[in-house]
Amino acid sequence: MKTKSLALLFILGLAILAGGLLLPQWMSYLFTIAMGKGLVVLGLVLLMRAGLVSFGQGLYYCVGAYVAGMLTQFAEVTDILLILLASISVSVVIAAIIGLLLCRYREIFFAMFSMAFSMILYGLLVRMQVLGSTDGFNVANPSLLGWAPGPEGASDLVLAVAVFLVVSLGILAWRYLNSLSGYAGEAVRENEIRLEYLGGSVFKVVYVKYIIAAALAAIGGTVTALVSGHVDPEMAYWTTSGEFVFIALMGGTAHVAAPIIAAVLFEALRTYAFAVAPYTWQMILGFALLAIILFMPSGLWSLVERFQNKKARKTT
Amino acid sequence: MKHSLLTAATVACAMTTGGLSLSAHAADDYKLGLVTFLSGAASGPFGIPAKNAADLVIEAINDGTLPAPIQGKGIDGRQITPVYVDEAGGATKQTSEFRNLVERDGVDAVVGYISSGDCLAIPAVAEELKKLTVLFDCGTPRVFEEADYKYVFRTHSTASMDNIAAAHYVNDNVPELESVAGINQNYSWGHDSWRDFTETLKVLRDGDIEITTEQFPKLFAGQYGAEISALQVNSADVIHTSFWGGDTDAFVLQAAARGLLADNQVIFTAGETALNSLGEHLPDGAIIGARGPFGPFAPDSELNTWFQTEFTERFGTPPTFPAYHMAHALIGLKLAQDKAGVGASTEEVITAFEGLEFEGPGGKVEMSRGKGHQAATEMVYGRLERVDGEITFTDIVRYPADCVNPPEGTETVEWIQAGMPGAECN
Amino acid sequence: MKQLIAILVDGSVYASWLFIISAGLTLIYGVMRILNMSHGSFYALGAYSGAAMVGWYFSTGSVPWFSFVALIGAALVAGITVGLLVERGLLRFMYGRDEVVMILVTYAVLLIMEDAIKLIWGVEPYFAYQPYTMLGRTKFAGLSFANYDFMLIGVSILIGLALWYGLNRTRNGKLLRVVIHDREIAGALGINVSRIFTITFLIGAGIGALAGALTAPGLSVVPGMGIEVIVLAFAVVVIGGLGSISGALVGALIVGMARATAVHLYPEVELFVIYAVMGLVLAFRPQGLFAVANARKI
Repeated sequence: MKTKSLALLFILGLAILAGGLLLPQWMSYLFTIAMGKGLVVLGLVLLMRAGLVSFGQGLYYCVGAYVAGMLTQFAEVTDILLILLASISVSVVIAAIIGLLLCRYREIFFAMFSMAFSMILYGLLVRMQVLGSTDGFNVANPSLLGWAPGPEGASDLVLAVAVFLVVSLGILAWRYLNSLSGYAGEAVRENEIRLEYLGGSVFKVVYVKYIIAAALAAIGGTVTALVSGHVDPEMAYWTTSGEFVFIALMGGTAHVAAPIIAAVLFEALRTYAFAVAPYTWQMILGFALLAIILFMPSGLWSLVERFQNKKARKTT
Repeated sequence: MKHSLLTAATVACAMTTGGLSLSAHAADDYKLGLVTFLSGAASGPFGIPAKNAADLVIEAINDGTLPAPIQGKGIDGRQITPVYVDEAGGATKQTSEFRNLVERDGVDAVVGYISSGDCLAIPAVAEELKKLTVLFDCGTPRVFEEADYKYVFRTHSTASMDNIAAAHYVNDNVPELESVAGINQNYSWGHDSWRDFTETLKVLRDGDIEITTEQFPKLFAGQYGAEISALQVNSADVIHTSFWGGDTDAFVLQAAARGLLADNQVIFTAGETALNSLGEHLPDGAIIGARGPFGPFAPDSELNTWFQTEFTERFGTPPTFPAYHMAHALIGLKLAQDKAGVGASTEEVITAFEGLEFEGPGGKVEMSRGKGHQAATEMVYGRLERVDGEITFTDIVRYPADCVNPPEGTETVEWIQAGMPGAECN
Repeated sequence: MKQLIAILVDGSVYASWLFIISAGLTLIYGVMRILNMSHGSFYALGAYSGAAMVGWYFSTGSVPWFSFVALIGAALVAGITVGLLVERGLLRFMYGRDEVVMILVTYAVLLIMEDAIKLIWGVEPYFAYQPYTMLGRTKFAGLSFANYDFMLIGVSILIGLALWYGLNRTRNGKLLRVVIHDREIAGALGINVSRIFTITFLIGAGIGALAGALTAPGLSVVPGMGIEVIVLAFAVVVIGGLGSISGALVGALIVGMARATAVHLYPEVELFVIYAVMGLVLAFRPQGLFAVANARKI
């Protein structure tokens, strides 16, 4: 079953890539943004599996985006691999420091405290005139191993990279969740004290998850920055982080593909609401969110599970 | 597991593609994307007046009822069909919505953007998609200073003009000026406004100016008690503020109630939008700007009379500067298209638009900066004075475009700090 | 000296405003374990209905002093009606769900209410400045302050006292505290928890709307004003300890004073002050200053 599913993920990835390249550009753009956000939400889902909901993933999303922006704009590094490497390293270092403090907290305090950190970054960026304050700045077109596709090809390049990242990181995340430390996360959610009795370190489990989630969020931010061509502090604002939680809840935590699919659907829903009801799109989003919480407590993935007639998993 | 992925993917695809194929392209209209704030705090003071102006002007263009010298029905011989988009949500979302407008809805041109962040993000996409785009209200000078664009135009001056002119005005019209204080919102607009104002003042006075306090409350903070006290404690001859919208209203109400406005000379660089609603709280002598020769400062012309009367009649309030900005963008676009001729290609329209000079309801617009893509206009300040309870203005000073706008090819801050070489003031 | 007086007065005024906007939030959390994101919408709702009512009231040319009644009355009626609608129509189906899910439920309510408010009142600003300017100003130590702001301090003390009395000296309040302490035991004792929840939510929503109405005279009521206060109220409540009324009071005082000090002495750090205080407090008291420690169930 594992290998089948893996193969399927690959096929799905290829299909998205092919579809993305064939689709009208506005749709493939939407897909790329959704892939970026999907990666952030994937990290969030890893945390949620351990019962922790971060309202501050915007922090790393923004860090990843700004690293990409600063490298392309000020250091003239445009290689997408170098940029990714840099944003992962920066975010991991920051997460390793903040995590020491944050991973002592649980539940709503974890949520609020992580939000506070991302708001501090927001405040810092607003004060920084060299980085364009609230206006942000533009990101130059990326290249890959010396190949620079120019403005027309750049979005296709980012799309391809994004799809590759989503598929490979999705598989990695899946393997992680099915590993011992992955299951330890669920043990943290269910009962921390029992985990400690069994000889596991709750702090270590949470800390590692937090860092992984941060790296995923930074990658998502980098993808978004490269495809949209612009970064601003709004990415660290609490509403951005709230959106990620929205998407995570929409997809559910049952499967690593859920956040990605939810991200695509969310972007579609939002742009659709925008086009149909320019005055009341927030209301549409609100009702959609309520409907999901009321009728699909385990997210959209429960549709899939219901369809399969399998025993529904208990999730948060 | 296998089925689960497939099902999910199918559901996702079906919902996305099904839900989004809205585009229906009628052949014989000129589809115009219009992006302004329809929700959030900027919608009341900026977004909706701009949208109202767009409705009014588009209808007049379609009917051919705009006063002379603007002629002809529609644009490019076609009737304009507006497609409205809410500007809320930040730059990333707006680039996505811009693509939707161009590629899904197939618009012929886009007019929009109030937020400076959006104005910086959109041009790169406009270039990539090769779509004529007119920025209509945002203030940041960075758009054409940091890059050259072919498809992007801006038909109003940058916010630097407001603050350079403000410095000129207080320097010339406030007797015994020694110190200034500032209260500006803590974001780019506020920082830039305060920087341009103080830097110009330093140049004009050879550095002989004291700054008593500079306050940067959070955007939309709404509560300015502590800031007002700080302005009272660190009293200055002139208080500079670039507040807009609800923040201006709140500041005016709270400052007036505490006597700050009566005891101090305040200059509101974007204060015009508050005149209609809160005029009675502004004391005589308050210096008001309208981001250009707009509203009460608009020059007498047939076009302006038409715009003022029709707008007031239809929407119940007189047009404020965002409405003028929108009118200018639409009229500029139409005139460029007219000049290029019916059936002209986008490239021909761009050539016609570059360096265009035209008269809008708010006077003359010269597309003389940013290689012909960025407008420069005159800037006006005046002091509020009540005559029989009616708000009028005295000490009106009009600064020519070349006095308060940096010349072609210069960067605003550098130009100010270099002593504003080449400025042609009266 | 002048500066010190200014800091103290500004700090207290701001603190009382913070307390009024966060009291309802902390009450609802304490009893219902719901971190109510839509609190900001109730605030906006109160501001809009209060401002609209005051505008109408003055157009009738009646006695100005009664405009306070119009302002507060309209807000309370609107807040409690919509509160009833939200609690009975939606929230009661969700009790027992995860706290984070409840945040999102109330976030959805916020999104819906934001647009509903826009549909009712449009995006044009509403003004209700008459009560604000009517009270005049007081001058001392070379500074002048609006009397309305002093009234705000009084009102916040009143609200605090009323909540304290209600919780500690009335039968219903004592029942409420039982629910705060242990919902299951309370149910087992025969307390009608569901009814307590409804009442709590109505009081919380009412205070939220009242906060909006009291703020409205000092500014223009515009779309999005609700979103702006949520984060502020959250910070105050988290500092004080979620669910604690006295905590909210202390949190409001700390944030208010810290902000006033920053504005007067270090204006450049004003934006961080709140988060810095919040970080500092949480680093040493993870549950906030006044939260009751929860026994962990094994």
